[in-house]
Amino acid sequence: MSGCNTCSVHGHHFPEPGDGPASGLLGQVEAAEAALRAAAERGRPGAPDGAAGDTDPQEYFTALIEADQKIEPRDWMPDAYRRTLIRQIAQHAHSEIIGMQPEGNWITRAPSLKRKAILLAKVQDEAGHGLYLYAAAETLGVSRDELVELLLAGRQKYSSIFNYPTLTWADVGAIGWLVDGAAIVNQVPLCRCSYGPYARAMIRICKEESFHQRQGYEILYTLAHGTPAQREMAQDAVNRWWYPSLAMFGPPDRDSTHSEQSMAWKIKRFSNDELRQRFVDMCVPQAEILGLRIPDPELRWNPERQSYDFTPPDYAELMRVISGDGPCNRQRMARRRRAHAEGAWVREAAAAYAAKRAARATAPTEVAA
Amino acid sequence: MSDDPRTRTGGGAPAKTADRSGWPLWEVFVRPRRGLAHHHVGSLHAPDAELALRNARDLYTRRQEGVSIWVVPAAAITASSPDEKDAFFAPAADKVYRHPTFYEVPEGAAHL
Ligand SMILES: [Fe+2]
Ligand SMILES: [Fe+2]
Repeated sequence: MSGCNTCSVHGHHFPEPGDGPASGLLGQVEAAEAALRAAAERGRPGAPDGAAGDTDPQEYFTALIEADQKIEPRDWMPDAYRRTLIRQIAQHAHSEIIGMQPEGNWITRAPSLKRKAILLAKVQDEAGHGLYLYAAAETLGVSRDELVELLLAGRQKYSSIFNYPTLTWADVGAIGWLVDGAAIVNQVPLCRCSYGPYARAMIRICKEESFHQRQGYEILYTLAHGTPAQREMAQDAVNRWWYPSLAMFGPPDRDSTHSEQSMAWKIKRFSNDELRQRFVDMCVPQAEILGLRIPDPELRWNPERQSYDFTPPDYAELMRVISGDGPCNRQRMARRRRAHAEGAWVREAAAAYAAKRAARATAPTEVAA
Repeated sequence: MSDDPRTRTGGGAPAKTADRSGWPLWEVFVRPRRGLAHHHVGSLHAPDAELALRNARDLYTRRQEGVSIWVVPAAAITASSPDEKDAFFAPAADKVYRHPTFYEVPEGAAHL
């Protein structure tokens, strides 16, 4: 009950097409941040903050979730809540790290110094997102090294989208607009996630993602208003990235295994299909302004639902790509393993240097002797 | 205050401390502007305080989010020295394209 009540107060509102950019995604991130502060100030009704007293820990945990309070690292939490968060945050972190590769491919080939500098900054941001998220996962009692090993051993996943190739410069635009756009739609509700460190990391990330989406949109807009060949390149990129982007929201609700419990824990706030619909409704008017076509003959406005009808992505393909059989899975993993192995001497040397200096600082006389 | 799982008192899986690289965890605190207190922004791994500060700058202040950083290992607090500050944060000022306001949004384009 209290959960529903709070929904209507703070409003998980996504603006309808036509709302200005100011009230758009950044506005929602700021609203989530304000809600986080408000909840912190409100505290839990009838209980001193942080003190579980002699109440049953499970009851206290549930009461915190019900009151839209954040769970913090030192709080008691059910094992399954901890495991679910570790899995989700780790997968998210891995996606940011692997996600540097498709665009990183284009840094040396960006068409101007300005575009090169922008792309460098974006890829650097993605590395940062990965690190914020590993740090959030570590508050749950795993180490980053463990998570990296699980990724390299193929025992944890990353987003299927990064297993598609970037064939032309327009793909960098399509990734910014569609892939970062879909990521934002997925991630804005996570700014209200019940686990404090994850929610705070997501607020930070979403603010940065807004630049990513806009720079991609600008690339496509420029190409779409350039020469016929540039226009065609832009359209071709949208043709290839549209359905993989729709697949980023995961399997349809009827096949989604973890959703219900995650919703109850307020880790997840909306279903996969709801978010996918939101993404489509957001993209259609944006594509019109670009002057590019969304490659879906079934796409049309449905006045009854006040949403667009659209062709769902090929979920069998999604499952194939997730299980390792996409166009670039092997290449992405091989590159990440090589980068990790080739960086080993740097990590070791820095640790050895720090150890040597620490030893000198604590035992100066022995060094002198 | 610490988000370090090793000081965690809650239930669930035991905290694992395996740190294969041997780089300790540092908590990062940033003062957003003159007159405001440092606040916790996250954490990172670094072999020593100097690299922890450098990494914290790259990781947590790419957009002038702060004018001062503290990195805190298990017991000690280390602050970035005030006279280094300008040079320390300067690279952010000439990278205006990291902010969404740098981009021209065509008339009528929503949700960007
Ligand atoms: Fe990202
Ligand atoms: Fe991004």
